[in-house]
Amino acid sequence: MRKLIDVEDNKRMRPAKGKTGESMKHESAAKQVAGTAVYVDDMPELPNTLHVAVGGSQYAHAFIKSMDLSAVEKAPGVVKIITVKDVPGHTDIGPVFPGDPVLVESECEYIGQPIFAIAAETHEQAKAAVGLAQIQYKELEPTLTVDKAMKDQFFVRPTHSHQRGDADKALSDSEHVISADFYVKGQEHFYLEGQISTVVPTEDGGMDVFTSSQHPTEVQKLVAEVLDISINKVNVEVRRMGGGFGGKETQAAPLACIASLLAHHTKRPVKYRMSRGDDMIMTGKRHAFQNDYKVGFNEQGLIQGAVINVAGQCGNSPDLSDAIVDRAMFHSDNAYYLNNATITGYRCKTHTVSATAYRGFGGPQGVITAELMMDDIARHLGEDPLTIRKRNLYGVKHDSMRLEDGSIDPRNETHYGQTVEQEVLPELISQLEESSEYWKRREEIKQFNANSAFLKKGLALTPVKFGISFTVQFLNQAGALVHVYTDGSIQVNHGGTEMGQGLYVKVAQVVANEFQVDLDTIQVTATRTDKVSNTSPTAASSGSDLNGMAARDACLRIKAGMIKYAAELHGTSEDKIRFESNHVVAVKADGEEVWTPFAEFTQNAYMARVPLFSSGHYQTPKIHYDRNTGKGRPFYYFANGASVSEVIVDTLTGEYKVTRVDILQDVGASLNPAIDIGQIEGAYIQGMGWLTTEDLVWSDNGRLLSNGPATYKIPAVGDTPIDFRVKLMEQLPNKEETIYRSKAVGEPPFMLGISAWSALRDAVSSMAEYKFSPPMNAPATPECVLNAVNETRKHIANS
Amino acid sequence: MITFFLNGQEVSEHNIQPDMTVLRYLRTRQSLTGTKEGCGSGDCGACSVLAGEMHNGEWHYRAINSCITFLAQIDGKSLITVEALANGSELHPAQQAMVDKHGSQCGFCTPGIIMSLTALFENTPSDKTFTLHEIYDALSGNLCRCTGYKPIIDAAKSMKSYPGKVKAEIWTPSSTSPSNKGETSNEEGQSWSARTESELKEILAHHPDARIVAGATDLALEVTQMNRRINKLVAINQIDSLKTISEDANYITIGGAASLTDCEKVLEAHFPEFAQLLERFAARQVRNNGTMGGNIANASPIGDAPPVLIALNADIEIAGANGNRWIPLDTFYLDYKKTLLQTGEYIRAIRIPRREACEHLKVYKISKRIEDDISAVLLAIKVKVQGGQITAVRTGFGGMAAIPKAGAAIEAALINQPMTVETFRKAGEKASEDFQPFSDVRATAGYRIQVTQGLLEKAALEILNPESVSRVEQIFTTTLSAKDVVNTYDPQENNNA
Repeated sequence: MRKLIDVEDNKRMRPAKGKTGESMKHESAAKQVAGTAVYVDDMPELPNTLHVAVGGSQYAHAFIKSMDLSAVEKAPGVVKIITVKDVPGHTDIGPVFPGDPVLVESECEYIGQPIFAIAAETHEQAKAAVGLAQIQYKELEPTLTVDKAMKDQFFVRPTHSHQRGDADKALSDSEHVISADFYVKGQEHFYLEGQISTVVPTEDGGMDVFTSSQHPTEVQKLVAEVLDISINKVNVEVRRMGGGFGGKETQAAPLACIASLLAHHTKRPVKYRMSRGDDMIMTGKRHAFQNDYKVGFNEQGLIQGAVINVAGQCGNSPDLSDAIVDRAMFHSDNAYYLNNATITGYRCKTHTVSATAYRGFGGPQGVITAELMMDDIARHLGEDPLTIRKRNLYGVKHDSMRLEDGSIDPRNETHYGQTVEQEVLPELISQLEESSEYWKRREEIKQFNANSAFLKKGLALTPVKFGISFTVQFLNQAGALVHVYTDGSIQVNHGGTEMGQGLYVKVAQVVANEFQVDLDTIQVTATRTDKVSNTSPTAASSGSDLNGMAARDACLRIKAGMIKYAAELHGTSEDKIRFESNHVVAVKADGEEVWTPFAEFTQNAYMARVPLFSSGHYQTPKIHYDRNTGKGRPFYYFANGASVSEVIVDTLTGEYKVTRVDILQDVGASLNPAIDIGQIEGAYIQGMGWLTTEDLVWSDNGRLLSNGPATYKIPAVGDTPIDFRVKLMEQLPNKEETIYRSKAVGEPPFMLGISAWSALRDAVSSMAEYKFSPPMNAPATPECVLNAVNETRKHIANS
Repeated sequence: MITFFLNGQEVSEHNIQPDMTVLRYLRTRQSLTGTKEGCGSGDCGACSVLAGEMHNGEWHYRAINSCITFLAQIDGKSLITVEALANGSELHPAQQAMVDKHGSQCGFCTPGIIMSLTALFENTPSDKTFTLHEIYDALSGNLCRCTGYKPIIDAAKSMKSYPGKVKAEIWTPSSTSPSNKGETSNEEGQSWSARTESELKEILAHHPDARIVAGATDLALEVTQMNRRINKLVAINQIDSLKTISEDANYITIGGAASLTDCEKVLEAHFPEFAQLLERFAARQVRNNGTMGGNIANASPIGDAPPVLIALNADIEIAGANGNRWIPLDTFYLDYKKTLLQTGEYIRAIRIPRREACEHLKVYKISKRIEDDISAVLLAIKVKVQGGQITAVRTGFGGMAAIPKAGAAIEAALINQPMTVETFRKAGEKASEDFQPFSDVRATAGYRIQVTQGLLEKAALEILNPESVSRVEQIFTTTLSAKDVVNTYDPQENNNA
């Protein structure tokens, strides 16, 4: 037999590099900067590849009376047109509940809803041909606002409540009761890489799908269903996405389905790449919410009870809205003990594109309502908002707040019955208010504002407590597959997808840690449904929690075989085998240590017929939730953080700038501090964008007017705070046994952007000596801020 | 045939669709897929490449949006794409700094960011460090959705500390001689790259229906966003006589095809307020291609140059088969997107009267985002103040009407009045006499009127408090104190207090 391979000997006899806890670089960084990282649209096209364009409804709500596609058919390059009649299998591709037809049969429910699809020889030909369709509609009255949907009780899913204690009684017993309503718009994901799928028909009547999706398994299942074939005939691969943010959790599947249908009919490879305009019009966004609160509190601002309503604008179909509005409800307390609370969530149906997952998944719309409430309580009492926030934090006990039996209320139970076990925020906020010099700056800002004619500064500290776990229990599982090769190199594959968040490098670091080998010996491969099956979406911030643990499980299984073999080889017990410094170390009975380089060891193990690969699996423990009672422990743990934003507002124009931001985030024991800080910085800016410049504007008949980057403004480089300080909370491992006691980081810091919005309101409020909380919806565009200025001036004139 | 350099290699093309964009060409004809399409409208910068022009025997490179640049515009230039920067595993300093600072996450915007950073790196003397302001300017046309820009800014700050450039040969290809009219054609039509005005006139004489393109930063959207085809296209961005910038005793004269970037220096010298506007006018990539003449001829009610030029009493020179003529810019616009320009005519030059003593120019742009956004309102005002009295005034407004125009009632309320905040406040009350703006995706009519009033008030405050910081876009420090800003609307209040 030929020699297996030349292995490196003892060069790596030193602590392994790139284990967890080190700031390793994103695994694709060098390829990304060189332009060699391959995205779906960059894959060399197979000969005969066809290109897709889709014709969508021109009305928000209408019946199709007739459809004449003859001109489309005759257009240059057009090879195939399909309508819903050409779908061999399922025609509804709703991810959880029905409501999302792959192509509309008769009733159109939003402008842009797909009606027919064409495949042409080039992308340009397909785009040009699609406009030639002649479709006659019978217009129906659309519902375009939450207000109308609420009035008509027009919902995509039933209304649901959480209740703790008697909120109404608490309100009537309270010294102070205030209320407000608030509207926050949705948000376009604006992943830089638009939605795309390329499919290739296989010899087995199946489909190979290359897609930019956070949920390959769902793509696989839906493609199989629309084609009416078994799931095992469809393979889905996702190497990387050019951004996801939730927008590719359910929204990637329609492209794969439509491309597969066209490939099925033409027997040719098909690529469906959406133009930016189509992507913005035809795919879902963050839910807009119309929320209101009524809160009772005492002279110290301590909340006695609250009634909060959150009404999400779900668009035309349920999609994920049930869980999204649930999460808004779960987070309507944010970090504060509401005591007696009734929280009700409405799932409003509108004739707009179905709203979908977006970083935070409804949580941000709940959290901002709680923060609005805190600011309003503070100004009502003439206190600094930070003082009121701190008093109301979970776990902060007050001597005056007692239970019926006379004992001090621990104030740590949420309105859905979960106890906040690891109380991080009181200490975290205390560290942040000191490091950010909150109180000193507060005084300086007051001085500045008193002596500045029209430029006003604002300051706000807002915390975040975010529940980690899918609230749908079965999704809290993951699988992984690890291969060790005979040169000591390792391949790891898992069900999570890489969208820029650094999941692949974190999981690779977990593997490096388990075998105590250098990170550069580990190759992460593309996520594929034929490597790890039945995966959950990479969502809910769960990627490294779930897949890191699954990969670790696979490593442990491989190691078990290796350890058994090594113990037998060296005549010692299994507990005397360890992995260290790129070696396997056996301590013999006489105490002698035998160090074998990892590569050499794997060769020997292979020759001794030891299995060197394994799958791994993980399921999150402890979680349970009874939706009927609205009680349970939906979250394994909470991730926490807080931010301080300082802004300056021009009260003549409403324009503003975020000048300084300080953030302290709890990520447990970080798997990779650099990646985590990158997530936090990016999330803050994305959250700030949601609440400032990102303004979705719809026409009166339901057409999206802000349908491109010329009219929809995500933050640009100059919107980065001049002084931007991000730190990780130190020496605070997760109390729960997560992967090396780390905590999720993807979504929680998104809500740190709320402090920018709160600071804008603070700046305007300064015009009324902080005694008035100006109404200010979100996003706080310059126009919206100027309206808040106008309201404040009116208040001053009237008082 | 057009000839250009692609990553140092000479390339000639003659059989090309006339409206082929550079991005599409790179990705589909050259398999250079490192350059990405993020939006196809020049708003995200993921498609940025470097385009070099030869001046005095040296190549000068600028970042441009390849998605809204036609291949015809590249004739004679040197293109550099992201794939060419590295030498094997040896990365360009911009690339290495981005890796080291964790500047890429999803990586899709990254090639464009790299090109913008490379332009900044290559165009700055090696011993100079970048200010935050310069970094913002270089990256103003690059959107990133993942990082929040901080690590990218850090990479920009640190890239000078890496050893110099790699692969010098791609930057200095030997020059080519221009081919005849840079003509290309295929079954769909023709395009030309004219090198002289006489070539241009000859092409237009035979093809009066050819679309004239200078920067293409708006025209290309017809192709990429509206799926329309342009079958005859003549690029004028290589005609030297249209790119000349000169000054004499009475006028500053800018060639119609001079890029906005080319205008920066002369505007900085004579109208720094106008030069400052350019930072908000458009992103760096758009300013590198887009031209002052194109911005005028495009006749958009939200174009940013025309209101300023109207306030500055500029004239434009129109050229065509029937000879040349100068007209005042404020007579050029007839109605929404309608101008005096006839088929086959083009804007040859713009001339701006030199500034007189005691003249104040104030220019404001209001938009949702500071960088690379379109105006909700653009206000330009020039006032002459003598002995505390306003002795001359001229305004220009964008976003307030179907055409860019002056505000007659506002001007009437200012002229011969004392130079006070109160005067400007009263003039603001006339805003709704001059304008009945629309509500649209950028702003409501009410906001447009109110912000016009606010800006007039601010103009007065700025004239009376010239040393004060008064605009949020000018704030690059966190230590702004009360002594840096306008303390009161009315100086009298201070005295009384």
